Amino acid sequence: MSEMICITCPMGCHLHIEQISDTEIAVTGNRCHRGEVYAKEEILSPRRVVTATCPIDMSSDIANSHYFENMYRPRRVPVRTTAAFPKERIPELLSQIYALKVKLPVTAGQVVLHDALGTGIDVIATRTM
Amino acid sequence: MKNIQIDAVVIGGGAAGMSAACELKSRGFSVVVLDRDEEMGGILMQCIHNGFGLIEFNEELSGPEFAQRVHSKASSLDIPMLTGTTVLDLKVEGESRVVHCVSSVQGVIEIRTRAVVLAMGCRERNRGNIRIPGTRPAGIFTAGLAQRLVNIDGYIPGKDVVIIGSGDIGLIMARRLSWVGCKVHAVVEILPYPSGLTRNIVQCLNDFNIPLYLSHQTTNIFGADRVEGIEVTPIENGAVDYDKSFKIDCDTLLLSVGLIPENELSKKAGIEINPATNGPWVDSALMTNIPGVFACGNVLHVHDLVDFVVEESRRAGGFAADWLSGVRPQKELKIKTGANVRYVNPSRVNPSRDNKLYLRSLVVKNDAVLEVKVDNRVVRSIKKQHVQPSEMLSLNLGPKELESAGIDASVEISIL
Repeated sequence: MSEMICITCPMGCHLHIEQISDTEIAVTGNRCHRGEVYAKEEILSPRRVVTATCPIDMSSDIANSHYFENMYRPRRVPVRTTAAFPKERIPELLSQIYALKVKLPVTAGQVVLHDALGTGIDVIATRTM
Repeated sequence: MKNIQIDAVVIGGGAAGMSAACELKSRGFSVVVLDRDEEMGGILMQCIHNGFGLIEFNEELSGPEFAQRVHSKASSLDIPMLTGTTVLDLKVEGESRVVHCVSSVQGVIEIRTRAVVLAMGCRERNRGNIRIPGTRPAGIFTAGLAQRLVNIDGYIPGKDVVIIGSGDIGLIMARRLSWVGCKVHAVVEILPYPSGLTRNIVQCLNDFNIPLYLSHQTTNIFGADRVEGIEVTPIENGAVDYDKSFKIDCDTLLLSVGLIPENELSKKAGIEINPATNGPWVDSALMTNIPGVFACGNVLHVHDLVDFVVEESRRAGGFAADWLSGVRPQKELKIKTGANVRYVNPSRVNPSRDNKLYLRSLVVKNDAVLEVKVDNRVVRSIKKQHVQPSEMLSLNLGPKELESAGIDASVEISIL
């Protein structure tokens, strides 16, 4: 029997985990079904949504012009994965994100890295700039 | 000087201000939003981590995405939003509320209005507020400033980091800095429990094996030009035990030691502040002691979720619209904070309609009961599996609970 805290939402349910077999666990203490899903995933294959920023391609004219009437000159584009990403591969993913050079203009939701590391998960920009 | 005449002015263009403005505009009133930053969205723009919007949009968004959704709604309603515009003062002249503001594009602007919504958000407590002894070297940042440097400006503040205080922004920055290649050596918290949300402790510290020192005080800062380290001392039985002090080497310190509602403007205008929240005292309609001036979001009290900010601000906008339609305050019941309750906001209820209340616990407790008493008679009792100071609670009280209450009835809310 082990304990963990559900992080799916801010409620932070205190989950009690009973290991039934190598691939099966029983979860109690969860207030919604997501708690059970979370505990199973966290123990069997942990994942995280990754958020970061990536560089802008400064060679384009638009990156150097004040095309935004009132905005600072943009320096970094905020990005995130479209789904939770396998935890052990996050460092690998981050180095790919940092190596990107995003051309402006970019729209929130636009894919900047397709099918990251072959996981089927995209990395998208989270801000229009 | 430019003059504007408008039904309502919203001060602050974050999630709170834009949401209040949307409500006012949808109710048919003209409204302008003022923000001193170069862009709308407020602090959300630097919060690139996800987890925003689970209640409001039923999905997990990053801060900029959340802000953009609220901004799109305000734009689609044709609400004028003035950026780079700093409000200098707020005054009462008869029936008018007068706002003076200044911008590099428009110069000085005088806005005459009948309703004002305060939505200026909050600011971070800093080293001066918590009085850490030691030298005054470079390398000491508030967590939010570091967040802006990293996420918007693209600078990394240092390599070896210690975070003082376990507030949410500090925890988020522990993960953020770990992911950009810094080494976060420790988080030092003076209280016996973390002040940030549990999920941030799990995702931002445990994932990176960052030690969290609870009941530990930072008792010295070393370094001449740049931070070289700090001295940390455990607190045992309420006293710092210097025999057990130890040093942590670092070149950067982040402070995440709480937020204070940004009420300099409010105080100057004569608005009375509730010492329990550091925000204005408001009635059941979120109206301050100055008639026609409302407050919502983090300027009223510090929230832990932007979803709650938006919900509250929409109500504030609605109440401001009621005010503009001629609705005036009614007899209200004052709420007494009972056992284990730090504050209830608003601290008054209108017994003739539904009231949404936000409250904060003073204690960490499992299997707690949130209890509402009218004249010592229990009218509502809600079971809570877990309460803690860092997680805000909400409660609805309506005519069902309050109709039998007399004019001078005492309403008391406690956590048992």
